[in-house]
Amino acid sequence: MKSKISQLQSKANIIRQEVLKISHKGDIGHIGSALSIVDILTVLYFSIAKVYPQTPDHPDRDRIILSKGHGCAALYSILYRQGFFSKKFLYTYHKNNTQLAAHPEIHVPGIDASTGSLGHGLSLAAGMALAGKINKKNYRVFAVLSDGECDEGSTWEAALVTAHQKLNNLTAIIDYNKIQAFGRTNQVINLEPFKQKWQSFGWQTIEIDGHNHKQLQTVLSKKSTNKPTMIIAHTILGKGISFMEDDLEWHYWNLSDKQLKQALAELKKNL
Amino acid sequence: MRIAFIKTLEKLAEKNKCISLLTGDLGFTVFENFQKKFPNRFFNLGIAESNMMAMAAGMALCDQIPIVYSIATFASLRPYEFIRNDICYQNANVKIIAAGGGFGYGLAGISHTNIEDLAIMRLLPNLIILCPADPIETEILTKQAIKHKGPVYLRLGKTNEPKLHFSQPNLKIGEGFIMQQGKKIAIFTTGGILDNVIKASKILKIKNIIPTIVNFHTIKPLDINLIKKLSKQHEYIFTVEEHSIIGGLGSAVAEILSESDIKVEFKRLGIDKAYSKTAGNQQFLRNRHGLSPQKIATTIKKDLT
Repeated sequence: MKSKISQLQSKANIIRQEVLKISHKGDIGHIGSALSIVDILTVLYFSIAKVYPQTPDHPDRDRIILSKGHGCAALYSILYRQGFFSKKFLYTYHKNNTQLAAHPEIHVPGIDASTGSLGHGLSLAAGMALAGKINKKNYRVFAVLSDGECDEGSTWEAALVTAHQKLNNLTAIIDYNKIQAFGRTNQVINLEPFKQKWQSFGWQTIEIDGHNHKQLQTVLSKKSTNKPTMIIAHTILGKGISFMEDDLEWHYWNLSDKQLKQALAELKKNL
Repeated sequence: MRIAFIKTLEKLAEKNKCISLLTGDLGFTVFENFQKKFPNRFFNLGIAESNMMAMAAGMALCDQIPIVYSIATFASLRPYEFIRNDICYQNANVKIIAAGGGFGYGLAGISHTNIEDLAIMRLLPNLIILCPADPIETEILTKQAIKHKGPVYLRLGKTNEPKLHFSQPNLKIGEGFIMQQGKKIAIFTTGGILDNVIKASKILKIKNIIPTIVNFHTIKPLDINLIKKLSKQHEYIFTVEEHSIIGGLGSAVAEILSESDIKVEFKRLGIDKAYSKTAGNQQFLRNRHGLSPQKIATTIKKDLT
């Protein structure tokens, strides 16, 4: 399953380019939020998870829930690159009559659950993990959360229940870029001490650099024997584009033609 | 009704291994036998209803049939957005069991009084809404709810509801059931308040008034054809429900009649007062809100004259 790190890095670069292009074409923001999770999703989809692009509903597939649905440009770009759907379909993103809305929907090939409203994904993933235990299936369940959605009470309801049910087939990754809709997480609602919170809720909790493919590959390939796993991935909003990195505005703004050109040039230089 | 429900579920779970029972830490003295018989398919997910609804959706998306149980307010109002997004939008095969519909928990106060659920649940596409009136209907509709592929909201009473059928009624999801054929007046009702409607009709009988009584155990999809047919055959239509007069059965019937060319006198009986500062048991609260047998009969008689 494991791909070489350098190959994964090239893939992530291509995915970033795709994110920029479809977001520009679809005239939509949330670009920083998507770039923040490109490395997490690239390693997950290309190196860890069992997915079946030709039979997307394969019963033994690993389930992947993008709980922070607003980062879907990264997910759509990956699903296209995996072969779940065509380029033409990808480029309907955020246009009238599209199936690729600004938050993912279950009827799209490769999407395991509809998300968008924050604080749902961990519970959905927990249900899938519990069903896996009951059905004696070996699939794993992954959920990618934003830091901001840890403000939602339901996230912590799920945290309690999953630990109590010992759902070790569940791995959650928090995209901890420390920026939410109105500013820094430590100014809006401080999450720290974040790792200790998850540990005290009964999760195996690991902190990593969410852009380091080797670290991602190492932690995502393991699962605990009797606990759900939480990976707190330290990330940078807008990662990979100099003028977007760690800048709240790129939670919102769309790209101008000039900005797109500059951003793509930066990425191509690093390829 | 809760006993009829759990007994039926236990029988179904013996054959259907996909059935799991999830509870939000409620059902004490009701679920112990299920728990004992199926320890690996009973999950007390704690007092966390929003999570429970989304988890149920996740389970259903992985071929389980989760049966989710709570008191009606906590099975509808509290986790509403989770029911909307995760269960109904995704057409997840989840059955929501709401105990104590109407005034079942009246003495517990407003937090447990459930008179808004039908209105909000009616809004949700893909969702079937069932309101059995007695233990026999509960058994039949529980079986049909589980057989149906897709989300169902099953609104039960709390306890000790009398049997209103003396033979096995031929109930089908989506079809109104004529309990009594009368003339001139038809009463449309749903859920356990049917008991009072039958009693009211006995009071009216003394005055030589014999209403048709129709039990709409399925609120969604509502039996539009039967409503139209009976509205043409009668001069007066009354709806009686243990629910707000806004958004429930009465509103649904009004929507149908107002878009048709049927000319009929129409009145909704239900709860139309603001929150009360004093509590009471089911019988007390039904009476306070004009839903005792005598008050139903009086309202109908007054309207006729």
